[in-house]
Amino acid sequence: MRIRNDIVIVGAGLAGMRAAIAASEVSRDLSIAIVAKTYPIRCHSVCAEGGTAAVMREGDSFDLHAWDTVKGADFLADQDAVEFFVREMPKEILRLDNWGCPWSRTQDGKIAQRPFGGHSFDRTVFAADRTGFHEVHTLYERMLSYPNIVRFDEYFMTNLVIEDGEVKGLTAIELKTGDIVLFEAKVVIIATGGAGRLFGFTTYSHQVTGDGLAVAYRAGVPLKDMEFFQFHPTGLIPSGILMTEACRGEGGYLRNSKGERFMEKYAPAKMELAPRDVVARSMWTEILEGRGLESPYGPYIALDLTHLGEERINERLPLIRDAAIKFAGVDPVEEPIPVRPVAHYTMGGIHTNMYCETPVRGLYAAGEAACVSIHGANRLGSNSTAECLVFGRVAGERAAEYALKKSYYPSTDFLKEEEKRINSLFREGEESAYEIKAELNRTMDENLWIFRNEDGMAEAVKKIIELKERYKNVSVADTSKKFNTDLTFALEVGFMLDLAEVVAIGALKRRESRGAHYRTDYPKRDDERWLKHTLAYYSKDGPIFEYLPVTITKWQPVERTY
Amino acid sequence: MDVIFRVRRFDGEKSYWSDFVIPAKKGMTVLEGLYYIKENYDGSLAFRASCRMGICGSCAVKINGKPVLACETQILHLNSTTIKIEPLDNFEVIKDLVTEFDGFFTKHEAVKPYLIRKEDRYSEPEELIQKPEQLYAYYKYSLCIKCGACYSVCPASSSRDDYLGPAAMTAAYRFIADSRDEGDGERMQIVCGDCGVWRCHFAAECSEVCPKKVEPAKAVQKLRFRSAIYMLEKFFIRW
Repeated sequence: MRIRNDIVIVGAGLAGMRAAIAASEVSRDLSIAIVAKTYPIRCHSVCAEGGTAAVMREGDSFDLHAWDTVKGADFLADQDAVEFFVREMPKEILRLDNWGCPWSRTQDGKIAQRPFGGHSFDRTVFAADRTGFHEVHTLYERMLSYPNIVRFDEYFMTNLVIEDGEVKGLTAIELKTGDIVLFEAKVVIIATGGAGRLFGFTTYSHQVTGDGLAVAYRAGVPLKDMEFFQFHPTGLIPSGILMTEACRGEGGYLRNSKGERFMEKYAPAKMELAPRDVVARSMWTEILEGRGLESPYGPYIALDLTHLGEERINERLPLIRDAAIKFAGVDPVEEPIPVRPVAHYTMGGIHTNMYCETPVRGLYAAGEAACVSIHGANRLGSNSTAECLVFGRVAGERAAEYALKKSYYPSTDFLKEEEKRINSLFREGEESAYEIKAELNRTMDENLWIFRNEDGMAEAVKKIIELKERYKNVSVADTSKKFNTDLTFALEVGFMLDLAEVVAIGALKRRESRGAHYRTDYPKRDDERWLKHTLAYYSKDGPIFEYLPVTITKWQPVERTY
Repeated sequence: MDVIFRVRRFDGEKSYWSDFVIPAKKGMTVLEGLYYIKENYDGSLAFRASCRMGICGSCAVKINGKPVLACETQILHLNSTTIKIEPLDNFEVIKDLVTEFDGFFTKHEAVKPYLIRKEDRYSEPEELIQKPEQLYAYYKYSLCIKCGACYSVCPASSSRDDYLGPAAMTAAYRFIADSRDEGDGERMQIVCGDCGVWRCHFAAECSEVCPKKVEPAKAVQKLRFRSAIYMLEKFFIRW
């Protein structure tokens, strides 16, 4: 089947839905399709908890938000993009307010803000500790009021059609029927989120397997800065469920087995509210040096909220309390929450400029799937939902303008080819996709974790190449058409292997420590050699790397202390 | 401890039960058990899941007869050696535990579940004032994750296909009760209509099964009160 639209957006999370709305605001004459493998409100953006950063009040400034972001990024962010981003952000908060988002309020009814790690002003707007959930529902509901946005829920993207340097559409499996569909489009926007399920211990939803990144990469679009992966300090053990940074923003402490607030050794000025890379490394050091607490699931650090009191916890951190009770049997009002650093955010992504344009004509990317880059080597908390809103809008507007100018629909015969490729996966093989994924997760958790070194990463690269070989012989036993998640799982594992290879080789090549990429064998930042973005291009024999200068406007790199 | 998962299957033509032995540990959830089956016994088992933290609404299924989120149900808390897992009632089954949700979302859409303002200020939005007590007047009802548990036990939804159902009614009330909303009339017409709030039988099972404690039955009750006033007003204005 062929479906034709002016604009096709892949991914229905915060960035994708914001893009759809923005495009529709440009023109109600455009036909806009939003295609995603889950229903929109099942997206991973609902898991964002703590808040969204914006300059809203006197005392704060765009320059201050930009500086915090650039310093947090360990100077790998493009500063023109960061300056643009912080200026656009306040309006997005107000739009969501006008569209019904239940922002938490001050006593006089204004939008409230809370402190967050690495921000030097209390600028994180929030809706209790369910910020992402409420933002997603608000955008989804608003989206329903636009007649020219059509949803294609539960369509799994398999490929991107790029011919002669121009995007022509994409192919997807309609899960309900198993049919392969060609979406023809003047413009495609990829907003499929990050790649967090590369790791085993992770905050990410099961669905976040980097599909959009892998599909774009295989079609020739470069991925940028993929070696930078954020580890959030506080993942609940053993599940990895996110315990928001707002726990510390609201005044929570981190303690080791001696009961010490050990952050005073590592970041005496910011303490628990230092940026995530700093806090995660400090916690991991405490654990490695034997000052973690013991549990059947291994050592952990105590996230202590008991001094905040029941009332404040119920008002500001209700989801955290509920989740800690349900998933760890711990009531944070009574006792500390057992946590450990956890894979949380993909700083890298599809290479775009600050207008969300990729090197391919008509192809845009936004949100976590994209790397603009405003997060550089380490994202600040509450800048990710913000990025989705600002750059979702930019992508939608740019895409709409491009689509309005383009008078023709590109045509392609790609559908038959893709049907053949997908059908060839139904076979009896020796290898299990489930086993390959488990081995991939183990090697990523072991060798590309918070502290990295040459030997470990080389080991990981070897392992990933071995897994890619074995994947060629993978078995998809379920040959039925309807809702075949055996097939989609196998496709996801294929995507993840390609991405893991880019992460691991990119990390191995970068011989310095910057932001979240920390090497015990090269523990210093090296601006002379490495103040540059990594670009990875697909080839049959593995990724080919190039590098790109970082844009600096106002802030020269300085030593980063907190 | 080994437990048996007895899973209701459907392959598009026939229904049957499959049994699987799950090595359950303390803290292991039913969703983890389902993944265990997929990874170790039978890759063809189909179910929906994503966030595994009770916020995305994907994994509502019937466990030992009761609709719950598989991700937040611990196996050992069920205190049974055989655990029966079935798709939600009142939804057509596509495959195994995966059910057709398009109709459910269409019903949600029917109540205009978005903030309606007389003046839409897209380019120049402004901060609207909402006091905490105004926020809490509707906040609880904004916590619905659209998992379908309420709809699956609703006797009115099972007997009348056109009843919009408890989740949609809750969504309507959530916006009607929002101090920023100016769409009362538009939405009330739908709520009072033939498919709306007067179809509810007041079984209140929806509130009992809601995993987020949203209390759809209470929303329906509040809507009925408003809807009675709205109809009276309309009646008198006409005269």
